[in-house]
Amino acid sequence: MNQDLARQFLFDMSLARAFEQASAQQYSEGKIGGFLHLYPGEEAVAVGVLRAADPGDYVVSTYREHVHALVRGIPAREVMAELFGRSTGCSGGYGGSMHLFDIGRRFLGGYAIVGETFPVAIGAGYWLRMREQSEAVVCFFGDGAANQGTFHESLNMAALWELPVLFVCENNRYQIGTEIHRHSALTEVHRRACAYGMDAERVDGMDVVAVYEATDAALRHVHAGNGPYLLECETYRYRGHSMADSGAYRPEAELAEERGRDPVSGFRDRALKQGWLDERQASQIESEADAAVQDAVQFADASPAPDDLQANVYSNPLDLYKGRP
Amino acid sequence: MSPRQHNDQAGRIAPAQAREELMVWEALNIALDREMDADDSVFLLGEDVGLYGGSYRVSQGLLAKYGEWRVRDTPISEGSFTGLGVGAALVGGRPIIEIMTVNFSLLALDALVNMAAKLRYMSGGQLRVPLVARMPGGVAHQLAAQHSQRLEQMLMNVPGLRVVAPGTPQDSYWHMRQAVRTDDPIVILEHELLYFHKGPFDPDAKPPPMHSAAIRRHGTQATVIAWHRMVEVALEAAERLAADGIEIEVIDLRSLRPIDLPTLQASVRRTGCALVVEEDVRFAGAGAEIAAALGERCFGDLNQPVRRLGAADAPTPYEAGLESASIPDLTAVVNAVRMMLGS
Repeated sequence: MNQDLARQFLFDMSLARAFEQASAQQYSEGKIGGFLHLYPGEEAVAVGVLRAADPGDYVVSTYREHVHALVRGIPAREVMAELFGRSTGCSGGYGGSMHLFDIGRRFLGGYAIVGETFPVAIGAGYWLRMREQSEAVVCFFGDGAANQGTFHESLNMAALWELPVLFVCENNRYQIGTEIHRHSALTEVHRRACAYGMDAERVDGMDVVAVYEATDAALRHVHAGNGPYLLECETYRYRGHSMADSGAYRPEAELAEERGRDPVSGFRDRALKQGWLDERQASQIESEADAAVQDAVQFADASPAPDDLQANVYSNPLDLYKGRP
Repeated sequence: MSPRQHNDQAGRIAPAQAREELMVWEALNIALDREMDADDSVFLLGEDVGLYGGSYRVSQGLLAKYGEWRVRDTPISEGSFTGLGVGAALVGGRPIIEIMTVNFSLLALDALVNMAAKLRYMSGGQLRVPLVARMPGGVAHQLAAQHSQRLEQMLMNVPGLRVVAPGTPQDSYWHMRQAVRTDDPIVILEHELLYFHKGPFDPDAKPPPMHSAAIRRHGTQATVIAWHRMVEVALEAAERLAADGIEIEVIDLRSLRPIDLPTLQASVRRTGCALVVEEDVRFAGAGAEIAAALGERCFGDLNQPVRRLGAADAPTPYEAGLESASIPDLTAVVNAVRMMLGS
C-alpha cells in the first residue's frame, strides 16, 4: 500500500457511495426510470478488482454496474446522464441503468440477463488468445448467476482453451430475495471452478486491500498465459435487489452485522490508523467525491434527451424499408 | 443426425474456379474459404465444424488450412458458444457460428435475440456485432418433430437481426460472403434438402444486393412468393400450369429481414393476385407478414386477398407419408393458383 493508492481507493469508494445515494434520491424524484440496482456495501469489490486490472483489459459487467463503470473511468457525468436517459449518457440514453457501455475504455457492459456475462467474456478472451494479445478479460457475476447454464458452459470452454479470463464472483449471498442456502447446493462458489480444473480462490469482499491483492495475483496468473481464474469475493448489499425491493426478507441482525464491517468507513479508519492518509486529506477526498456527484446530477438534468428512435438498429439503414407507411 | 456416415477429415476444399454446376454445400465451402483467406479476423466455430468437416460438409478442409483457433470444434453448448461469438465480435472478430440445426438455435436465442440484436442499439451505436449465424433447417428425410422445424417467423420478429434464406449455390455463395462483411448480426437459414442440389455457379459474377428478391420465372396471371425449397415446388407448379396456358410469376424472396417489398409490389401490380408458399407453420408465419404488407400497400392492385400456403398446424410427423402431407406440395400450389384464378 502506498499513499497514492490509498487516496485512490478512498476516492473511488466515496464516489461510489455518494453516486448510489444520489441515484436513489433521483429515482425517488422520478428523474431515473426503470429498474435501478444499487451497490452500497459492495464497493470494495469493484474498486479492488478494477484498480488491479490494466487499462487494456476488457471488463464485462452485470446490471448492477454503475460502480464498475465509474471505477473503470467513465465520468460520473456520463453514467448519471445515462441513468437519466439523456443523449450525453455513456450509451446515448438508449441503454439506461442496466446497459452502460464504453468501448473506448474497454467496458463491454452492462448485461441485464443473469448469466450473459460469461459467454461475452470468453468471446473477448477467445479473440485475445487467438490474436496472441496479452490483455485479459475481467468478468463480473453474482452468486445467483453461478446456477445458470452459461456459467458451466463458459467455464468449461475457458478452461479447455486456456482463455485469459478472470471470473469475479460478487457473492452478496442473495439472488434477489433468495438466500444462497436456498438457491445453491454448494454455496462456496469458488469451489465450483474445480469441476473444470480452474484455479480459484475466495477473498473477503469487504476489504478493498485484500480484493486488490488477490486480483493482482490472479491477473498475473491470467496475463502469464496460465488460463482462466475464478475469484470469489464475499460481500453484502445493504439495499434490496433494486429500488422496487425493500430487502425485508433479511434478518435485521444480519444487516447490522454487515454494516459493522462497512468497506468504505472500514478502509477510511484503516488508512488513518496506518498513516496512509490524515483526517484532513480524507475529508478533502470525500468532499471531492461528493462534488463530482452533485455536478453529475446537474449535468444529467440539464442534458437533452435523444430524439432518434431508429438510430443504430443496423449498421446502415436497410433501405428497402425506407419511406414506408 | 447427419447425412454423412463417415469422418472425412482428408476432404479438401472445393476448387474455387468457375464451374458450370456446383452443389450448395460446395458453394458455401468456397465462400467460407475465400472470406477466411481474405480477412484473418474471420473465424468459424460450432459443433463438429473442424475435424469432422461439418455435418453437411460445409466447412470441409478449413481446419487443415486455417488451424484450430480459426476453425474451432465446440462443446455442445449453443447458448455459450453463440454468446462467445457475440463477445468476440464486440472486440474485433468476425465470427461465423454454425448451429447444427435451426432447432438447436432455441438454446442460443438469448445470445442472438437479447445480446447480438440489441447491443449496437443499447450502446448508443458504440458496439458492433458482425456475427454470422448459420442454421440448417427445414423438413428433410423423416427427422421427426425435434429436427424438422422452420423458425423463420421467430427470427424475423427481432429488430437488429438480418435474416437471409439462400436457395441456390450462387445465392449461398453471395449471401455468405456478403454476410461476413456486414457489421450486423445476420442469420443465414440453410435448407438441409438443398445442400446436395446442383445449380449454376460463377464465383466472379456480380452479386445482387443481399436483401433483394429474385424473379425466377416471369408470368402475368399470379405472383407466387416462396423461398428455399418451396421455390422449386413453385417452379414445378408453374410448369404444370403453363401446360394449361396459365402463366405465373415465381419470386424467390432470398431475404426474410428485410423483405424486398418493392419487387413484390411491382409483381402484384402486374398480376393482381398473390400466393405465399412457405414451409414454416402457416399460423403466424412469415407469410402472414408478407400478406399483410402487400394488403396494406397494394390493396388497389389486388383483385382478391393475398393467399397463403404453409405447413399444417402440427409438429412435423415422422411417418413419411404424413411428413409430406404436412407441408405444401406441387398439387397444393397448382390447386391454390387455379382456385385464385377461378379456373
